[in-house]
Amino acid sequence: MRDAWAARTNELLEADPRVAVVLADISADLFREAAAAHPDRVINVGIREQLMVGAAGGLALAGLRPIAHSYAPFLVERAFEQIKLDFEHQGTSGVLVSVGASYDWAEGSFTHFSPRDVALFDTLQRWRVFVPGHAAEVPPLLDRAVRSDEGAYMRLSLRHNENPYAVPDDALLVLREGRRATVVAVGPLLDNVLEATADLDVTVAYTNTPRPLDIEGLRELAADTGDAVVMVEPYLEGTSDWLVSRAFADRPHRLLSIGVGRDELRRYGTAAEHEHLHGLDAEGVRARVRKFLALL
Amino acid sequence: MLRVNVTFEQVRELAQRTVTDVRYPVVKSYTLDAIWVLYDRVLRVDPQRLDDPSRDRFLLSKGHGPSAFYAVLAAKGFIPAEWLDGIAALESPLGSHPDATLVPGAEISSGSLGHGLPLGVGLAHGLRATGFGDSRVFTLVGDAELDEGSNHEAIAYAGAVGLANLNVIVADNGSASHGWPGGVASRFTVNCWSAATVDMADHEALYRSFTAPHPDRPHVTVAVSETTPH
Repeated sequence: MRDAWAARTNELLEADPRVAVVLADISADLFREAAAAHPDRVINVGIREQLMVGAAGGLALAGLRPIAHSYAPFLVERAFEQIKLDFEHQGTSGVLVSVGASYDWAEGSFTHFSPRDVALFDTLQRWRVFVPGHAAEVPPLLDRAVRSDEGAYMRLSLRHNENPYAVPDDALLVLREGRRATVVAVGPLLDNVLEATADLDVTVAYTNTPRPLDIEGLRELAADTGDAVVMVEPYLEGTSDWLVSRAFADRPHRLLSIGVGRDELRRYGTAAEHEHLHGLDAEGVRARVRKFLALL
Repeated sequence: MLRVNVTFEQVRELAQRTVTDVRYPVVKSYTLDAIWVLYDRVLRVDPQRLDDPSRDRFLLSKGHGPSAFYAVLAAKGFIPAEWLDGIAALESPLGSHPDATLVPGAEISSGSLGHGLPLGVGLAHGLRATGFGDSRVFTLVGDAELDEGSNHEAIAYAGAVGLANLNVIVADNGSASHGWPGGVASRFTVNCWSAATVDMADHEALYRSFTAPHPDRPHVTVAVSETTPH
């Protein structure tokens, strides 16, 4: 995904004089030629994330469309006040693209995990959140993010589905229909969800654009599944609870949220092993969905 | 383009009309000299053409106690002087920390320390990238504001890449809790900035520093004030 993003970003830099990239050493090697060709639009500030986001905000003030990029915890958590004030409070916006996701570099452990990132964007106004499930989904999402004048956060991951999906803008893509629950899979967890629910009587819908969440689509799908909803998200468990709960304020519903656990595991190993520990592999998702459906 | 008939004494009176925050009773106008000299003699800005992409940019990073800034904006025709009398009221566009979306002529919203200089770095790059490399960015910070690490990220970077259209004014009233042994300017010059340390009350010295050529590097003016803030 990172390579797909960098390739498309390099193309956008050539095609659109409004596009700028701000880096903090991470991925700088993917932009060397572009930096030489466009020294004021491709900026590597060194390992300085506050400056990276602040400078991106300054580029936006000059009328450019900045793309800032780093490891998720440094981009979003370390520099969160910069995101809030240097874009939001200035009345500008930008595109933020992270790598690392929730446990991609498992050997790196907690310092490089960022399961809380999407929840943080939920505290701001109108940020779109894109969570591609496959490298081929990255370029069209990036194009949308750059064309828009709203804030966009794109969360790249080493975890991915086997195949890309063309998701209609801001709408859930229904992949399977059933009667007992509507299961929404976000980004790279789709394959696990499809495997986990292969023989269950549930609707499976996919999105790689969880913000804004397709509330209307979800309500329609859930109406045919007894208003039982399962959210399976590759970031902090329960991140979307507030949205689903608000969406169903007018009718009784049941909600199961499956995501990355809140506890610090203090374990290394591989991303696949962390997925298992969080109950996000097919086996874990299946067990929790079956319990939710009272299939014991 | 500007109201040239306003004097420094008159703008000082304008500043006295504003009591933006009782927490900053004295500090509120100690930056007036620097901001006045900039708007009166240096900046290419025009209240009739607020969106002119080639304008110079003044970023008030030190957003605490912006009375001096508001007074200069009023004196130069960016905002009505009457606004100064209702400052910080619910319906007033002027608050204790400026909101750029509410104040004509304010380039950034500020108040949280340590944001203006990184924004200035990006803005300076952005002006060059869009063909306005002759436009200058002036960012005003306080000596205590320099405590914030984000400034030092920006100082080191801007010096390293020779961001020549970036200018900083440090309003130094000795208010940093732990001080800056060796002087504020040394933090910049070690990072390849050009620097001048002047008396905040010396308008000619401020003007000379604001207009001193620095074709290959950013420039800082450390404007030292005798005012004690607390």
